[in-house]
Amino acid sequence: MRRQTLTAWALLLPAACLLVVFTHGPVLRTVLATFYTTPHGRLPAKFAGFDNYAHLIADPIFWQALRNNLLYAGLTIPASMGLALVMALLVNGRMRGRGFLRMAFFTPTVLPLIAVANIWIFFYQPGFGLIDQIRGLFGLGATNLLGQGDSALYAVAAVAVWKEAGFFMIFYLAALQAIPQSLIEAARLEGANALQIFRRVIWPLLTPTTLFVAVNAVVNAFRLVDHIYQMTGGGPNNATALLFYYLYQVGFQFWDTAYAATLTTVLVVVLGLVSVGQFLFLDRKVHYQ
Amino acid sequence: MIAQTDIGRQSGSGPASPGAGLRLSGLARAIAGRRILDGIDVTFEAGALSVILGPSGCGKSTLLRLIAGLDAPDGGTIHLGARDLAPLPPAARDIAMVFQSYALFPHLTMAENILFGLSLRRVARVDQARRLARVVEMLGLGGLEARKPAQLSGGQQQRVALARALISERPICLMDEPLSNLDAKLRAEMRSEIRALQQRLGLTMIYVTHDQVEAMTMADKIVLMNEGRIEQEGAPEAIYAAPASRFAARFIGMPPMNLIPGAALGLTGHDAGRLIGLRAEDGRIDPQGLAAPIVAHEFHGADLFVTIRLAETPVMLRLPARTGLPADGILRLGWDAGALHRFDPVTGRRLTEP
Ligand SMILES: Nc1ncnc2c1ncn2[C@@H]1O[C@H](COP(=O)(O)OP(=O)(O)O)[C@@H](O)[C@H]1O
Ligand SMILES: [Mg+2]
Repeated sequence: MRRQTLTAWALLLPAACLLVVFTHGPVLRTVLATFYTTPHGRLPAKFAGFDNYAHLIADPIFWQALRNNLLYAGLTIPASMGLALVMALLVNGRMRGRGFLRMAFFTPTVLPLIAVANIWIFFYQPGFGLIDQIRGLFGLGATNLLGQGDSALYAVAAVAVWKEAGFFMIFYLAALQAIPQSLIEAARLEGANALQIFRRVIWPLLTPTTLFVAVNAVVNAFRLVDHIYQMTGGGPNNATALLFYYLYQVGFQFWDTAYAATLTTVLVVVLGLVSVGQFLFLDRKVHYQ
Repeated sequence: MIAQTDIGRQSGSGPASPGAGLRLSGLARAIAGRRILDGIDVTFEAGALSVILGPSGCGKSTLLRLIAGLDAPDGGTIHLGARDLAPLPPAARDIAMVFQSYALFPHLTMAENILFGLSLRRVARVDQARRLARVVEMLGLGGLEARKPAQLSGGQQQRVALARALISERPICLMDEPLSNLDAKLRAEMRSEIRALQQRLGLTMIYVTHDQVEAMTMADKIVLMNEGRIEQEGAPEAIYAAPASRFAARFIGMPPMNLIPGAALGLTGHDAGRLIGLRAEDGRIDPQGLAAPIVAHEFHGADLFVTIRLAETPVMLRLPARTGLPADGILRLGWDAGALHRFDPVTGRRLTEP
């Protein structure tokens, strides 16, 4: 018995070491760093108590980034999930060109977000970008969607939806194909129309997938900011500053590492709470096979 | 198991007018250039239990799906009474169906599964409750209303599927190998239960199976299929007594009918070149009979299954076990002339002239 326990620990040790060194250690150090000042040159870090947290509460850019991020999440999550479901239903049916459509829908997923951002920069280019060229055909004037504070956040949200919907589609498509055809036929035999089949049979059977995709979508809404870096740099006037991007700026452009650690900690706690809440709230509505 | 409640005819919209038989003519279906069904002509009489019997892959399910309207034929017609079913969607055909896999909705409770169709059709709640109570009692499912399919045994799931078909009170019920997922004991039980329900409710039932025992025990009429065609149709007794082809002879009856070249039986004249059918129970020990070595024997209680060899053909006989076997290992085989079936060795069709 004791020997077995020892063997077990010995076998776990290599993985445990890696986890401690590269995951748990940094987490702990990050949390610790939030209670110290940022070291400058010869000035070492000093214990600062909750000063960093007080600074955070008083920081208007933090609050703007949080507001931006909530709006951004509120836009991208439902839009990308809804689009993913529609696309999956479309390419799940029997139709010509199904293979081509599946590939087309999935392509944005395999592109790096930075590349996607560059494609969209071209779309948004004032005057001669794709969008303005199309507007030109209808005699409409030039726009600067990325450059204006009231449209920039929507413009970057559209990029995220375009990028993510194809990825989520794959999960919905796999789930749709796992639904036995005989269930659909049984429903048809009972007189259900297409909408009723969707509402009463397909949608309930997709709930585990919806939960899984929703959790991923929430995390991504706070985590994926490569296109912000490439397209707007958080501007104009912080209109597209998202929490994670602001954190990157604080940490690696302003080199205020203690404050960056504080932002990190808050972001992780918020995300964790949201995810747990999602599971607890949605789990009761989910049907698992 | 069946509770003696009265459902059916007197219940307002109960199973419909007897007399509306289902008539298929020239029905054909090809998938990807392959003929799955080829010129199916058959009538399923109202109020009768017809069994479509055939080996796996012969097109039974395809035929059932055409009748249900889940699939469209490439040729031929389906009439219910005088009404052509072709333009009607599945739900408008007055046909209920039990799927081989049961097709219960995994996210709904037993009661919700059974009531699925009624709630779609917005049947009043009180009527739903009344009809649910009736089928639940009829199938002995009481107390399981709140369970999901995953919490039911195979036999219970089978009954729920049956209940969902019965509650619609449609006059025609299709069943695709409904018992194939059950163990042997439950299968025998459900067999007689389904038969009793069908008779009591006066349902027109079309029952698909590959199990000839199921067909023989349940059917008013067997429709024997092979490779997308109807091989023979008729009452179980009639098919057993006079199989129309080699295929029918081998497929119906356990053990299958022996098919022996006429010459090997010592027959002369026309019969020498024919394929002669002899049922296992029609052979007997006869001191003046044809001598043949015993190859094997199996004890089955009342019966002894004895395999002998006639020329190169193994022949299985079913003898009373009490008689015992000849000590020298040579069996002398006799038969009544009237017990022989004659088949054309090339076409396999039954020959009627002696
Ligand atoms: N959708 C389909 N595509 C291609 N072949 C099919 C399809 N459905 C059935 N078949 C073929 O048709 C034949 C009959 O199938 P089926 O009606 O399911 O047979 P059974 O129910 O008698 O076992 C089989 O050989 C099967 O492979
Ligand atoms: Mg089948």
